[in-house]
Amino acid sequence: MNQKYQEIVKKNSPKENVLINAVVAFITGGIMGIIGQALIDGYTTWLDISTKEATVCMLVTLIFFTCLFTSLGFFDKFVNFCKCGLIIPITGFAHATMSAALEYRKEGLVTGIGMNMLKLSGAVIIFGVVSSFVFSLLRMVVGLI
Amino acid sequence: MIYLNAFLFAGFVCMIAQIILDKTKLTPGHITVIFVVLGAFLDIFNIYDQIILWAGGGALVPITSFGHNLTHGAIHGYNTEGVLGLFSGTLDLTAAGISAAIIFAFFMSLIFEPKD
Repeated sequence: MNQKYQEIVKKNSPKENVLINAVVAFITGGIMGIIGQALIDGYTTWLDISTKEATVCMLVTLIFFTCLFTSLGFFDKFVNFCKCGLIIPITGFAHATMSAALEYRKEGLVTGIGMNMLKLSGAVIIFGVVSSFVFSLLRMVVGLI
Repeated sequence: MIYLNAFLFAGFVCMIAQIILDKTKLTPGHITVIFVVLGAFLDIFNIYDQIILWAGGGALVPITSFGHNLTHGAIHGYNTEGVLGLFSGTLDLTAAGISAAIIFAFFMSLIFEPKD
């Protein structure tokens, strides 16, 4: 009975086309990379700042527009279509933060927005900090030898 | 030329992530974490710096650069301040991104209603 059910589920669940998804992610992710490089070039020439500062400006710009588009409601559709093409760039981090903040805003400023804003993106910060601590410790030990 | 490299590298990272997402049962959260850890790992011997020189913005946009900046800050902190720098330097370079996300998300969630 259970086995039969599994077979029916397998037959009727929609097949995700791995190839098309991969190509879409490749193209949209690549376009994000081009936008990033174009913003860096633009900031270094127009504002006359170093590449390092331009990188920070570029990231802040991307985060700002992601937050804006998420609040206006149409960034979710982009993410549903591009999937990893928008999740892996920094836009995914901003999108997770923004949508959590919007989702919980009804529960109040502190208990809603404050406690839940980093619910999804907190994993990135925590694992990033822990792993970078471990890796730099490793580098330190290797450097001492 | 750097635009082509940026396109290829950023696209390649996203494609790998998409294939992992489709072929395994991991959620997008798992995959982002994997790529952050990978970026932090690639910075140990300055491999990621070489990639940034090659691909420019294409290497700075994916979340791997977040991990790279964390490790970079921690190592820089250690070189300038000693062991205490491991703690004070970690978030140095990524602080702008995290703060920007929190500040924009906070004020925009006050202004906008969630759309369904």
